[in-house]
Amino acid sequence: MRPWVRSSLWSGAIAALLAAVVVVSAAIGPVRIPPDTVVKSVLNALSVPAGIETSASGVGPLPVPGVGPLTLPGIDLAFASPFAFPVDSVHQQIVVGVRLPRILLAALVGFALAAAGTVMQGFFRNPMADPSIIGVSSGAAVGAVAFIVFPAALSATVALPLVGSVDLALSRGAGTSLFAFVGALVAAFGVYAIATRGGRTPVATLLLAGVAVQTFLGAVVSYLQLQAGESLRQIVAWLMGHLSGAAWSEVAVTALVVPPLFVVLLAYARDLNVLLLGEEEARGLGIAVERTKRVLLAASALITAAGVAFAGVIGFVGLIVPHMLRLVVGPDHRVLLPTAALAGGTFLVAADTLARSAAAEYPVGIITAAVGAPFFVYLLVTREVSEL
Amino acid sequence: MSADRPADAAASDAADAAESAAARDDPASLPDTARSFGDTPLLSASDVAVSFGDLDVVSGVDLRVEPGSLVGLVGPNGAGKTTVLRAVTGAVEPDAGTVEIGGDPAASLSAKEVGRRVASVPQATNLAFDFRVRHVVEMGRTPHLGRFDGHGVEDDAAVDAAMAAADVDRFADRSITEVSGGERQRVLLARALAQAAPLLLLDEPTASLDVNHAVETLELVREFVDDGDRGAIAAIHDLDAAARYCDEVVVLANGGVRAAGPPESVLSADAVGAAFDAEAFVGRNPATGTPAVTAFPHSDVEGRRVHVIGTGRPAARVVARLAAAGHEPSVGVVPAGDAAAGAAADAGATAVTAPAFEGPSAETVGAACDLAAAADATLAVGFEGSGDAVGPNGEVAAAADRLVTVSAGVGDAELLDAVATATAEE
Repeated sequence: MRPWVRSSLWSGAIAALLAAVVVVSAAIGPVRIPPDTVVKSVLNALSVPAGIETSASGVGPLPVPGVGPLTLPGIDLAFASPFAFPVDSVHQQIVVGVRLPRILLAALVGFALAAAGTVMQGFFRNPMADPSIIGVSSGAAVGAVAFIVFPAALSATVALPLVGSVDLALSRGAGTSLFAFVGALVAAFGVYAIATRGGRTPVATLLLAGVAVQTFLGAVVSYLQLQAGESLRQIVAWLMGHLSGAAWSEVAVTALVVPPLFVVLLAYARDLNVLLLGEEEARGLGIAVERTKRVLLAASALITAAGVAFAGVIGFVGLIVPHMLRLVVGPDHRVLLPTAALAGGTFLVAADTLARSAAAEYPVGIITAAVGAPFFVYLLVTREVSEL
Repeated sequence: MSADRPADAAASDAADAAESAAARDDPASLPDTARSFGDTPLLSASDVAVSFGDLDVVSGVDLRVEPGSLVGLVGPNGAGKTTVLRAVTGAVEPDAGTVEIGGDPAASLSAKEVGRRVASVPQATNLAFDFRVRHVVEMGRTPHLGRFDGHGVEDDAAVDAAMAAADVDRFADRSITEVSGGERQRVLLARALAQAAPLLLLDEPTASLDVNHAVETLELVREFVDDGDRGAIAAIHDLDAAARYCDEVVVLANGGVRAAGPPESVLSADAVGAAFDAEAFVGRNPATGTPAVTAFPHSDVEGRRVHVIGTGRPAARVVARLAAAGHEPSVGVVPAGDAAAGAAADAGATAVTAPAFEGPSAETVGAACDLAAAADATLAVGFEGSGDAVGPNGEVAAAADRLVTVSAGVGDAELLDAVATATAEE
């Protein structure tokens, strides 16, 4: 079977599973909502472009929940809701306003982390590689924790050049995310710069530079925790990974960033296969190795940064999900990358559902580790794994 | 291949092997090369120097691969054969010199274009993930595909032909991590063939192959270049194989090219001895007629004139070993066409021969007697049991100043000691 056909079939199947898990997850909670009501509520909330209006009446509002109407200057788009099922308005509000943003953020973050993990394991030809290996997660942690500890000072730093006024303080959530995102990219770029000599970036050097930077940033985070005082609890929650209180705006930002980056990674799937042969052989097969490595590193760092910016450090998804899928669909990245990403989304939605349905809500990072590791061991034991 | 597989599987393998062997006889079974460069040399490297830090690996290397020719790169371990090949592909950057591929400077070509012109067969591959064999061969098509292209009919045909030619189609669906080292080496060859580039670079292509597949591989490379538009350069340890299959041999040693040219002229005892720092004898392979190189460990003896009395393979062996050690042997009287006469001819030594089945003339015997008398030592080989040499060779023995008798199965060390003792008495 053609790899892309095989890829589409597997991806379709896992996407269907993801959809099912999303519906089930939205049904579960303090208020139990029947799955059919969930589906109807989601459909009711859909709005599709109904045509371009020529009237000069102004703007076509795109009703993105939580963000408000999205206006596109110059183009007048009309939107309409094609469905109007009779649904209890409280249920509709719980599903669309409360549960769905959290579920979709979980899906996007899981998708991003699993995609980046798959790429990093192939890139480093190392089964223990995960998205944090080039310092992305620790950089994000430093950024986020620093903002939590010194919110006023850091708001001022950012706000000054942007707005020219110290009055505009960043909101807590937005500031944490922004600093996490920036910290992640700075750390990844630092690791890359340390490991690059004369235009070449040896993978082994990159790996060791990543370890060194992670260790150093770990020390910074520990120091900041000592200085944290009352905000320590908040820091711990962020470091363990959390999806509670997800807003539609966060979903929208993540949804704008993650899919394009994923398309870039997918476009390099075959190059990634060839890179597994080793860089010298890849070069012999016509791959521009250093350029390909730069693209893969940059896209992985960005997609991981987008994943951890809102949700904090969620471990194990990027490490274990690619392994699970490699055992199932094989090592061809044309199949592995989309299926692993979709499975990562599915896994994180399921894990987060567990996290929020317990008596007390747990950080989802605990659940991913506690559930993921035994399942991984089960796969290792039941399937014959000669080499990874 | 594992030995514990069921017999019927082995039988079906054998049938498949016969089938693919039949497919190989068809000259169209190699993938067509995408491009021909006419008479332009496929590879032209001049004055190439490569160093790793302070260590100069090679310098002043000139190489040329013309269409239709197979160039063998021989030399001792660490001579820089692999480094030279890596400089061609751009995996290492030369410190000096130019490398042109198909007439264009390699540095000016994109990675993809180099991939379309040069296909490499590395010594080994370190695949950490269990790709299927067919998938690994398909990777050879990478330089011909755009980023979003799927495999077309042409790509499939090239992959099928390459797998049949390299005899890997029997285990196409096995994982690359599950096949043996030799099978893996053939998978890499198939991948390079699927690449359909006019220049093939092989680094020890037969190093882990059994005798049959080693020959099949080199025959395949020969077939590849005999097409006329394609060429190959191979680093080869096996000098006899290099002599048998290569149009030209380049001897690389001590950081540079020591000799280059047709195998018959390059593979001399002196050149091989100097390059490999060994004592060498270059004879003829009786089955192929091509040069056959035999190396011996260093003996550090003083060169002497040694006359050998005896016939057949035992005497031939003695002549060869003496020549390799730096002695100046002569042999006679022997029947024309005797193995000992052949060995003397290969060593550039004098042989006094008489027509077979006829007794030697007095003149001939006299010539042999003169050689024996003038020699620093005379060895009588293989006359144990029958007493001393009799007949014409008895006369030659009688003429010798210092006569030493050695057995037909004399060891190398014993032989050289006998000569040293006989010549040291004064």
